[in-house]
Amino acid sequence: MARRIKLPLTRELSRTLHAGDQVLLSGTIYTSRDAGHKRMCEALDRGEALPFDPTDATIYYVGPTPAKPGQVIGSAGPTTSGRMDAYAPQMMSVGARGMIGKGARLQEVVDAIREYEGTYFGAIGGAGALLAKSIKSAELVAYEDLGAEALRRLEVEDMPLVVIIDSQGNNLYEQGREAYLKQKDAELGEEAAGEGK
Amino acid sequence: MREIQASQITDVIERLCIAACQYLPEDVKTAIRQCRKKEDWEIAQGVLDNIIENYEIAEREQVPICQDTGMACVFLEIGQDVHIVGGGLREAVDEGVRRGYDKGYLRKSVVKDPVRRGNTGDNTPAMLYTEIVPGEQVRITVAPKGFGSENMSAVRMFKPSAGIEGIKSFILETVEAAGPNPCPPIVIGVGIGGTFDKAALLAKKALLRDLDSHNPDPYYAALEEEMLEKVNRLGIGPQGFGGRTTAIGLNIETLPTHIAGMPCAININCHVTRHKTEVI
Repeated sequence: MARRIKLPLTRELSRTLHAGDQVLLSGTIYTSRDAGHKRMCEALDRGEALPFDPTDATIYYVGPTPAKPGQVIGSAGPTTSGRMDAYAPQMMSVGARGMIGKGARLQEVVDAIREYEGTYFGAIGGAGALLAKSIKSAELVAYEDLGAEALRRLEVEDMPLVVIIDSQGNNLYEQGREAYLKQKDAELGEEAAGEGK
Repeated sequence: MREIQASQITDVIERLCIAACQYLPEDVKTAIRQCRKKEDWEIAQGVLDNIIENYEIAEREQVPICQDTGMACVFLEIGQDVHIVGGGLREAVDEGVRRGYDKGYLRKSVVKDPVRRGNTGDNTPAMLYTEIVPGEQVRITVAPKGFGSENMSAVRMFKPSAGIEGIKSFILETVEAAGPNPCPPIVIGVGIGGTFDKAALLAKKALLRDLDSHNPDPYYAALEEEMLEKVNRLGIGPQGFGGRTTAIGLNIETLPTHIAGMPCAININCHVTRHKTEVI
């Protein structure tokens, strides 16, 4: 059963989430991917403030399709998070505790997740039409010239996600696969034992 | 000699870009549903259910299945008795892509320079492949290719002594290295033979073939089955959360090659393996 959680992603909330948990997330999130992260980190390097308050914030790695008339947003599934690995520790260092994306992260990011007690959520890659259903509003915040990569504020309701890396550094990509293979091995072992009788 | 207006090609490509991004091919949908039936890992079942719900929403509401509406790969098989009139072919193709990505509310994901970047703003240029074939028709296929999966693809120039075992391990290594990144369950296109570039093209073309079909050569048909089975024993599972369904299909295409080599390319696609064809 999926657990309903409400943002902001405080340290306390983040601590209660565990790798493999299925959650329905509601609240405010921000969109950014390659070009947006580059700009934000360059701004931080210059000592400037970000275009939004990063405290306890969650960033969704997404570049949606343009909204059709009557739509809040177009299709909006996650992009590969690994491309943001170069920026994620710096973003977490200023308070952005949550990340939504898909795919593996570098050890540096896992270390930062543990240090700042963050959470890395996975959304289903390729399910952009389904994920758009949970986005109730979208508002441009900055970097309009980046088009699909612009920084947007989204209000989401019951967004279906899975905790991939939790605040203790547990990783579903490792644990989930391991558990599955262990069960398969056990099944094969039982079959072999059965044949032996 | 049959005359075909360049504008006709533009119209067809516009239509195909939009349709390919909204409707998943029947063979791909069937493969996903069959894998769902075989999947016995709970979290994997949930992911596959969501993937099915997603393509049903896209179809019903005529929205893109995935926000990465890709680079427009356009394959033209042009009959040798066709004369294209009223404009250049390249421009006709790009105009079709431009209009399709605009009218279909598709994402513009192409940058004008690989290093210096900068979005072209209209998803052109198309990645265009032309082939001259007998007859007086033009067969047009549009295959929008997302880059989450494209980035996990690989080419290797084997020594012939590596043999079939070399190719088998290369396939497993590539899928292993890709892990959760290409949005599994994936489709795997394998190209063996030809030259460095032709092997890659074969791999891309393998992704266009129906997932319920087999290579006509029984040797490679058996290899397709064997490797799909082996990939699905890796345990990566849908989205990499663990499970049986790592791939929903694996197609192999081959060409003769040089006495000194055995090129092999692996093109990875996600479960949103899109392509749509029309014949003029």
